[in-house]
Amino acid sequence: MADETTTPANPRPEAPAGRPAGPGGGGRGPGGPGGPGGRKFFRRKKVCKFCTEKIDAISYRDVRLLQGFVAERGKIVPRRLTGVCTTHQRRLTKAIKQARNIALLPFAARF
Amino acid sequence: MQRVYEVMFIVRPDVADEDVDKLIASLEQTVTGGGGKVRSTEKLGKRKLAYLVRRFNDGNYILLTIDADGSLIAELERRLRVSEPVIKFITVRMDEEEKRLAKVRAIRATKKKVSAIPVAEAPAAEAAPAPATPAAETTTQASA
Repeated sequence: MADETTTPANPRPEAPAGRPAGPGGGGRGPGGPGGPGGRKFFRRKKVCKFCTEKIDAISYRDVRLLQGFVAERGKIVPRRLTGVCTTHQRRLTKAIKQARNIALLPFAARF
Repeated sequence: MQRVYEVMFIVRPDVADEDVDKLIASLEQTVTGGGGKVRSTEKLGKRKLAYLVRRFNDGNYILLTIDADGSLIAELERRLRVSEPVIKFITVRMDEEEKRLAKVRAIRATKKKVSAIPVAEAPAAEAAPAPATPAAETTTQASA
């Protein structure tokens, strides 16, 4: 981590396990379940929907499934909010972008 | 080297059904003529489009699953691009995905067999749908 390799005479009194105000949210801890997201307490562990239900194929065709991971304005919801694991988030993103291309999902909605 | 593709395209909503069928037939002809094979044709019907495409609000969705060569797909796409009633299309390559799914299912099938043995005695092991491997048979016999 770049932060930790700074000199011991650290001008900033930042606690090592301090609140990562920036994009720290997820991914800091060793694969923590979604990350604290700015708070010291863990939010309740979110599980990946695809891993638990053993859904293998995420196709661009099942719009209903994809709509659960798309916000109101059509933006893709980040995985720290939905609790999806990385592999599935990548596949989901690919499917959503394919669906957008074939006009099954909007690029930007609710103008 | 035949690869599996899914071609989904949208036809204008103001085109008659028979014209749609003619279009699909001609596309299928292109595929079979070029050495490919049409696995299935699905008409998903009229749907509302998520955004305006060529000033249309809805369209007729059609899905073709094809076994074809790369060059044949290029030809098919050229035809779709040129044909007037088709307003949008997307081609997705599915053979790697199918391979992966088959692998996952195979792993899952073997896992089920292995876990079925110690949990259940003879009756459940017989009820397992997967064909019993020699190893499974010997272990059930040993425990029974």
